[in-house]
This record gives sequence, C-alpha cells and structure tokens, in this order.
Amino acid sequence: MSNDLTILEAELLGEIAGASDLAQIEAVRVASLGKKGRVSELMSKLGSLPNEEKKAFGQAVNILKAKVTDALDARKAVLETVALDERLKTERADVTLPVRLGPQAEGRIHPVSQVLDEVIEIFADMGFAVAEGPDIETDEMNFDKLNIPAEHPARQDHDTFYFNPRDDGSRLLLRTHTSPVQIRTMVASKPPIRIIAPGRVYRCDSDQTHTPMFHQVEGLVIDETTNMGHLKWVLEEFCKAFFEVDEVKMRFRASHFPFTEPSMEVDIGAEAIGKPGQWLEILGCGMVHPNVLRNCGLDPQKYQGFAFGVGLDRLTMLKYGIPDLRAFFAGDLKWLRHYGFNMLDVPTMGGGLSS
Amino acid sequence: MKFTLSWLKDHLATEKSVDELAAKLNAIGLEVESIEDPGKRLGAFTIAKIVEAKKHPNADKLQVVQVEIAKGAPLMEVVCGAPNARAGMVAVFAALGTYIPGSKITLEKKPVRGVVSNGMMCSAAELELSEESDGILDLPAEWASKVGERYIDAAGLNDPVIEVKLTPNRPDCTGVRGIARDLAAAGMGTLKPEPKLGAVEGKSDCPIAIELQFTPDTANACPVFAGRVVSGVKNGPSPAWLQNRLTAIGQRPINALVDVTNYISIDRGRPLHVYDANKLKGTVRARLGNKIEKFIGLDAKEHTVDQTMCVIADDSGPLGFGGIMGGESTGSTDATTNVFIESAYFDPVRTATTGRKAGLQTDARYRFERGVDPASVRPGLDLATDMILKFCGGTPSKANVAGKEPITPRVIAFDFARVAKLSGISIADEETRTILEALGCTVDGKPNAAKVTVPTWRPDMHGAADLVEEVVRIAGLERIPSTPLPRMHGVTTAVLTEKQRRARRTRRLLAARGLTEAVTWSFITKDQATHFGGGAAALDLANPISSELSSMRPGLLPGLLTSVTRNRNRGANDVALFELGQSYRGEKPQDQYISAAGVRAGTAKLIGSGRHWDGKADNAGVFDVKADVFAALAALGIDPSKAQITREAPAWYHPGRSGTLRLGPKVILAYFGDVHPATLKKLDVEAPVAAFEIFLDALPPEKKKSRARAPFAVSDLLAVKRDFAFIVAKDVAAGDVIKAALGADKALIQSVNVFDVFEGGSLAAEGKKSLAIEVTLQPAAETLTDAAIEAIVHKIVTDVKKATGGEIRG
Repeated sequence: MSNDLTILEAELLGEIAGASDLAQIEAVRVASLGKKGRVSELMSKLGSLPNEEKKAFGQAVNILKAKVTDALDARKAVLETVALDERLKTERADVTLPVRLGPQAEGRIHPVSQVLDEVIEIFADMGFAVAEGPDIETDEMNFDKLNIPAEHPARQDHDTFYFNPRDDGSRLLLRTHTSPVQIRTMVASKPPIRIIAPGRVYRCDSDQTHTPMFHQVEGLVIDETTNMGHLKWVLEEFCKAFFEVDEVKMRFRASHFPFTEPSMEVDIGAEAIGKPGQWLEILGCGMVHPNVLRNCGLDPQKYQGFAFGVGLDRLTMLKYGIPDLRAFFAGDLKWLRHYGFNMLDVPTMGGGLSS
Repeated sequence: MKFTLSWLKDHLATEKSVDELAAKLNAIGLEVESIEDPGKRLGAFTIAKIVEAKKHPNADKLQVVQVEIAKGAPLMEVVCGAPNARAGMVAVFAALGTYIPGSKITLEKKPVRGVVSNGMMCSAAELELSEESDGILDLPAEWASKVGERYIDAAGLNDPVIEVKLTPNRPDCTGVRGIARDLAAAGMGTLKPEPKLGAVEGKSDCPIAIELQFTPDTANACPVFAGRVVSGVKNGPSPAWLQNRLTAIGQRPINALVDVTNYISIDRGRPLHVYDANKLKGTVRARLGNKIEKFIGLDAKEHTVDQTMCVIADDSGPLGFGGIMGGESTGSTDATTNVFIESAYFDPVRTATTGRKAGLQTDARYRFERGVDPASVRPGLDLATDMILKFCGGTPSKANVAGKEPITPRVIAFDFARVAKLSGISIADEETRTILEALGCTVDGKPNAAKVTVPTWRPDMHGAADLVEEVVRIAGLERIPSTPLPRMHGVTTAVLTEKQRRARRTRRLLAARGLTEAVTWSFITKDQATHFGGGAAALDLANPISSELSSMRPGLLPGLLTSVTRNRNRGANDVALFELGQSYRGEKPQDQYISAAGVRAGTAKLIGSGRHWDGKADNAGVFDVKADVFAALAALGIDPSKAQITREAPAWYHPGRSGTLRLGPKVILAYFGDVHPATLKKLDVEAPVAAFEIFLDALPPEKKKSRARAPFAVSDLLAVKRDFAFIVAKDVAAGDVIKAALGADKALIQSVNVFDVFEGGSLAAEGKKSLAIEVTLQPAAETLTDAAIEAIVHKIVTDVKKATGGEIRG
C-alpha cells in the first residue's frame, strides 16, 4: 500500500514540476486534490480498510496531500512570476512622450495686477487701506476741489478726455489722476485717514511713452501731526520694500502741484534697478493743500497730512525691466506669457514680494 | 526758460560752477532740462594764422596752407578747400582727433590727393555757429595776437546755456533776475542791485493817445497800458553782445528795437512791444475783439479775432493779440524812426485762453499767462526807453499811462512754527526770516504772529502753507528728517474689503485655469459698444484720441475678442484670455461695475490647447466656460449649485448654447456660452470662441461665520448607488431631471450625477434623448433594506416622470 503512495507521490510531483503554465498547474491540482482527484480518492478508501491500518494510512495520505499542496503552491508561484515577467515585457510606455503641465502653468497674471498686489502688501503693512473711485468724474472732483480752478494752466496740461456736454451744460470727464479719490475719501470719512487709491487714469495723449489710459496709485495720510518727515520715511520704506533692496538713494526736489503745498518731486537712484549713475523720476508728492482740506470740510489749522501719486505702470516697467508701455494694453498673448506672473507668485511680506 | 551763465551773472555775483548752480536749481524747484556747455563741444578749436597758401599740386580747387597754430611753433601743413583761405588770414584750426560737430566726423590723418593734412581749417557751419559753409571763418586780423588760444574764449562763446522747465506758479522766474534772486536766497551768491537808468522821461507829451476800451466786467483783461514814443531813432542791428545773448539762447536777432524788447522779456520776465509810431493810425486801444476782425501777425499769418480775446487796435482795426503777438503792419523795421513802446498788463486767464484758441505759443504768452509782475509796467517801459536811447538815439516823450496796475497788497499772517509743524524741519526763526526776505517778502512782527507782505512778482503766494513751501525749498529738502509713521497696530491687520479680496482671488483662480490676464482699453469703438448693449451718447467721448477708442465699454468681452483677433493675426490661434476690471452701464459712479470675463478661442481648453498625442484637439465650448464660472464662484465661497441656470443669455451669445446663472429673477451672477457666430463675424474673429462674464458686484456678501469649521460628521454605513436611464424629450433640461431625482428623498439622496447623455440613433428621429444618472443614497441610521431601496427607486422614477415626462429605459 505504502508503495502505491510512494509511486503516486512521485507521479504527482513529477506532473507538478512538469507544468509549464498556470492552466496546467490548475489541471494538476484538480486531478490530485480536487473532489475526484487521486489524493482525494485515496481518502475515500479509508473506510474500507481494516481498523488497525486506518490510522497509518490516514497519516500517510495526509503527508502526501501536504507535500502535493506545497509543491503546487511553490510551482504556482514560480509560474506566476514567469507569467508576470512575460506580461511586463509587453507593457512598455514611451516615457519620452511629452506631457502637459496643466492649466496652472499656462495662465498668467498681468504685470500691472501683480505689481498692484505688491504695492498693496507694502502699504497694508504701514496701515493703509485701499480706496476706490469712479473713472467718470466731474470737473469738480477732478479739478475744482483739488484746487485747480477752471483756467489754471495745470488743467490744460492734463489733456483731459471729456464727454459731450449734458443738458445743463456741465460735462463729465475721465479722471486724469487718482486724486479725486482723495476728495471722496476725505468727504466720506473722518481723520485719521491712511489710504492708497489705485486705478485707471486717462489722458488724451499717445506716443512712444504715453498711452491714453494708464494706472496710478494715490496715497493719502491725514491726521493732526503727519508732516513731510513722515512722507519722506514712507516713500523711503516703500521704495526699499518695492525694489527689494537694502538701500535706495532718493532725491527730493521742490516742485509745484496745485493740490499740495509744499510740493516735491522724488527721484530714485537707478542703482535700485541695477543701473548705477542715473536718477529716475518716480513720483510727485506734498502736503495736502489747505484749500483741498477746506474743500473737503476739514479745518487746515487742525488737520494736515500728505498725498502722493505714482505711476503704477512706470513702477512695473522699472522693477521688471519692461520697455514699452503700449504693450501693456495690447493683449498680446506672447507678451503676457513673457512678462506676466504665475498664479502661485502671490506677493507677501513674509514670503517676499517677488519669487 | 533759457539763459546763459554770463547772463545769470549780470544779476548774481557768484563763484559757483555751472554744475553746482544746476544742482541747486533742481533742488529748489527750477528743474534744469538741459545744460549746453560750448566748452565741451567747441573747446578743441583754436585760433591759428595762415602763414603761406599755395595751390594743391594735384587739385585745382584745393590749397595747401602752412599754419601757425601756436606762437613760435613749427608750421603745420593743412589741405584746405575754402576759396577764401589766403596768406595772413586768421582762422579757426582743428587738430587731428578733433570731433567736428557740423559734419559729425572725427579728423584722421590721411592724405588728400596725395598731400597729408595735419588738421582742418573750419567754417562757421562746421562749428554749428551758422549755416555759412562757403568759406572758412575769417577772423579779425588783430586776433593774430591770440594764435593758440581757444576760439570760444576769444569769441566770447564760452557761455553755458541753461534751460529750466518752469512750473506754472513761477512767473518771476521767466526772467533771469528772478532766477538769480532764488539762487541768491539759496546761498548761491549775491543778488546784484538793479542798474541805474539814464534820463528816460521826456519833456513833451506822448503823441499817441492810449485808451482802455472795456466794460467794468471785462476791465481786468488789460487794466493798465503804458506807452512812450521815442522819436528820431536810428534802428539797425543791436550791439554784438546783445545779439550774442539772444543767439545763444536760440533767438534770432531782428533789429535793435525788437531785440531790446526780447532782451527785457528774458532778463526781467517783462514782455514789451514796439510799434513803428508812423504806421499807427489814431488812438491805440486795448479792447476785446469783434467777431469779424482779422489781422496779420508778426508770424506773417492771418489771425481771426473773437469777442473773448483782448486785442491792441488802432483806428484801422486790431493790430495784434494783447500779451501774445503783435501785428505785421505796425512792426518796426530798419526804416523806423519813431517808435512807440508798449508796456501793459494782460490778464493771465484770458491770455492763456486766447493763446490756445489762436494756437500761438509765444514768449509773451508764456509770461503773461503765468502772471507778469504788475509793478513792472513802468520800470519795464523806462528800461526799454533807456536801452533804445543808448542803442538808437532819439528823443523820448513823457510816458502815457492808461489805467492802473492791478496791485492788491497781500499780507499773510504767519506763525513761524508752521514750518516745523508741516515740514518736520526744526529751523531757527532767524533763518526763516532771512529766507523770506531774500525772496522779496517783508516780514513784520514776532515770529509767532508775523505779518508777511508778499512781493508783487509772486502771485502764487497766498497763505501760510505757501510761505512754508518757500522756506523749506530754500532751506533744503534734504533737511527734512525722515520720521517713521507711527504703526496703527502692532501686527498688520487685513485692509482689503470683501470685494477687493474677491477680485484678487478671482484673478488667481482664472490664471490657475490656464487663462491669461489682459488689460484692455476702457474705451472701444462706438459700433462695438452698441453691439454689446452700450453705446449710449452719454458714454461717448467728445474728444477721443481715435474712433477705435471713443466709447466707454459696456463690458469686457469686446476688448477680449479684439485681442483674440489680434493674437490670431500674429499666429496665436488658441487663446485663453481674461480680464477683471471696470465697465460702464451709464455715466454715474454707481453705473460703473466690476466683472471678470474670459474667452477661450479655438482649442484653448482647461487641459491645454492644440493637438496633443494624449487626446483630441476639440474646440472649447459652452461647458468649458461654464466650468470656469462654477470654479470661480466656488473659489469665492458661493455654491453655484444653489443658483439657478436659465437657458438664455444676451444677444452676443449663441442662443442655444449659452446660459445665465442667477439668484432669483433679478440678480445675475454670470453669463456663459459660445459666442454668437454673428458677433464673431462682426469682430473679425475667425474661430469659435466660448466666453463668460462673472458680475463680481452682484455676488451675495459672504455670511459672517465662525472661523471654527462645522463638526466632521460622516456615516459609517455604506452608501448605495443606483443607475437610471431616462428617455426624455430633447428639450428637457438635465437640471430638471437632477432636481426631480434629488427631491425624491431629500434626506437620503446625497447626490445625483449625470454620467451619460445620448442623443443619437433612433432617439434623434423621435426628438428624444437618453439621460443616464447615478443616484447615491446615504443611509444615516441603519442599513437600507431591499424593500426600502426599491421604494426610493420607484419614487425617483415617478417623480422624474412627473417633472419631465421622462420614461425609464427598459
């Protein structure tokens, strides 16, 4: 009997070793360990054996079953590996094919928007809120209240865009500067006031360096003590922060604007943008004219403060070395891709204005 | 305003260099536009004497000259083509290596027809002194003693020309003396006293009557007009020094009489006019013009007069514009023997207006429109008389003065402490007083309650702030101490409003979706404005720069679509652009609104544009831009599924492939869709474009909520998913099917997703389509029984049928 088992074992192990794929292994399994398999059939003979042989036969069959099972598993594992290797040989991607970076790599923020965000970050740190006003203004807000009377030569210099006269003879205009927002702010709120007012402004002028529309940022501080020393500090701090340098050489020159008294023009040393030896005119500023304060219902004996106006497009051109103002408004995708900013370049004071 | 250094030194005793003076001018508000230093340009040219001149051996028209270029130096051989070169002539020599400004070359050593020339003899044109190029400069024989000296020194040309750009508030600095006064006050030297004049007041009455012919309300046009006749003058060229002065600053000498007036205009900022008295007919009048009047100006052009303009007229009619330009008919010539000198005051506003209307920018207007010193009327007349008598002889009449100088004394109450209060500079009272006095103010009283009388030449000084400005600019802006602005909070607080934050976030969201931000003009063509729902007459510019930029934009799409076309013309076909900014529904402030709009042209889809091996290059369409809108709103904290979508949009969208996202019937959050083919055609866009507009102003404000998040509650029970396919009429909105399905059991149904839409095959013929939805049921308390699921499935089927007529597909 035991001899029979030995022969069967040899036979089955031989079949297992000879199986060359997973289907054959499965066939061997069914033929040996399946319900009607040869090993299973041996167990069914158990009942017909004399009692004294049962135990030994049972043990022998179980040992055989275990050996066959182990052999099946081992061979199956080997064949599975072979099969996987075969499959993997056929699965080959050409990893040199190009991929797309996705939309976040395509889109851009316009340089002027980016620089406005930078400017807002800096002034927010100094406690300035952001005020806004309409583009379509009245003579009163754009000129009269800013101490520019009807025939003041400054009005002519402004190259104003006008709308057609209305029935009452008055005519609206496109604001020539962001300064009307000073007026709107002072009329609407009580000092202390600290605002910047960015926005589009318009002048009837177009050439290499002028466009009929451009951007300004107005600054205004009104309280009872702010003087030109504070103005100087704010502008120095702004320039250092904006150009992201430790020092900016600055030159203040006396000037004249109808809405400030005293008035100054400010130049910065072009070292800040890597061009030593030159001065760049960047902004006009001064102490808010007593007439302007009065026009807004503020007592110039009690309140004082400063205002400044700076060209946002010009700041952008200076900082990022962009040569042509006209291209700002041309909507040219190639230009925008080149000079624009990625949406992840969010300027912050902690992380840096530009990355 | 141009002047030379030597001219400045007529009024300012100073040892300062041109560069020092220029730096100070800049600092005190007289911006230097240019400094032209002839020493830098012509310093290399020297005086030389031609000792010998012989014909060139190889050229008929050339000579070979031997030149003494320094006393006792060996003679230099120079080839010269000038017909006037001759032995003994004193001329201007340029050595090798010299840059010749008139011919823009640098001299090199090279043979001219076989003879080496060691330099060049120069013409006036080569030195850019005049256009004379026929011969070389022929200098006076007695200059032979100056051989070797710099030509500009010998000729008195070494006089730097300074040009300052004056702000409109400084009429006093339209005269050299005013500039000298400012510089003296700022420590750059001493203001010299005014020169004494000879006897200018004649014995006889002025033979020419002067009349101011105004009504009381127009009398300010010309409140004073002084005149004097000098008879028996001999006109002709003015003295060389005066001609040189005028030439140096770019003016053309005319004749002695005219040159005198031009000189005083620049020297003192006091314009004058001279008439040939013999050509005047009757009384000279300052008056307003009449409509039909005309005259020929000194510019030899005809000028038309109107009733707002101030003219000087005689009995024959208008002669010229008061304070701007005189007339040709009565101008002085070399033949003039009797001259009538005019010194008047013209109103700045009227002068400016007239000048603008007439299109005339003259030296006189430049001064009168800023406000000439009214006290200079008589001194100006006397100074002119004095100079004319010196240069041209003759006999002066008495001065004839009509009207009165408009001088209102201005006294400003001034507390010196204002200087420190406004400027932050601590400045001694004595210094404040000194500066104000140096500028011509009279300062009376104590520093804390001073009375400052403003000089007549400073119409810009009105109040204490003006005086502070004067003190600060003269004391020096560099003395302002940089002072930190006190911080309002220890740590910065957020300053942006909700709208500002949303605008920022929207920009970056849209850029993250592959759209590139453009900034386009606020004004567009009238035609485009009208097409996009605008174009009201009230929003048309009266003076547009071009018709392309003439009408305020009603929205952002015209500009973006125009950019698409421009990009396509440059070869960029698949363009995704957005803009965020203002547009105008009307002219009032509240009519201005902020929106974010985007366009996707061609294949500019979210995943990328153009052909790619990993997908089809489909054109972007309504669903791409709908996704942009929904993503933007979601990024702003607004749940777009809570808003209604209606299947219509403005006329510039495709009527069947566009929608409106709204909150109730009135509030429109966004439009999206394919752009109407007719609109594309109108804007010359030759590609399909999908577009959206999000109205940021219309978005509901964020609800105030706690920063703490809602508790995280999620069921442990497995969700159950069931699929349904409905056959509905083609026009049935998927949204209605979803809504009906969701409504079948609001507690249990978590979501409904459309996973297939099929409109083809036999369904199309029947006007139907198949919509397949997946419904997710999320039990909260206990696992759903088969019976419970069946009940919900049944309800979904009946509810959808009820709402849309949809039949469940067998």
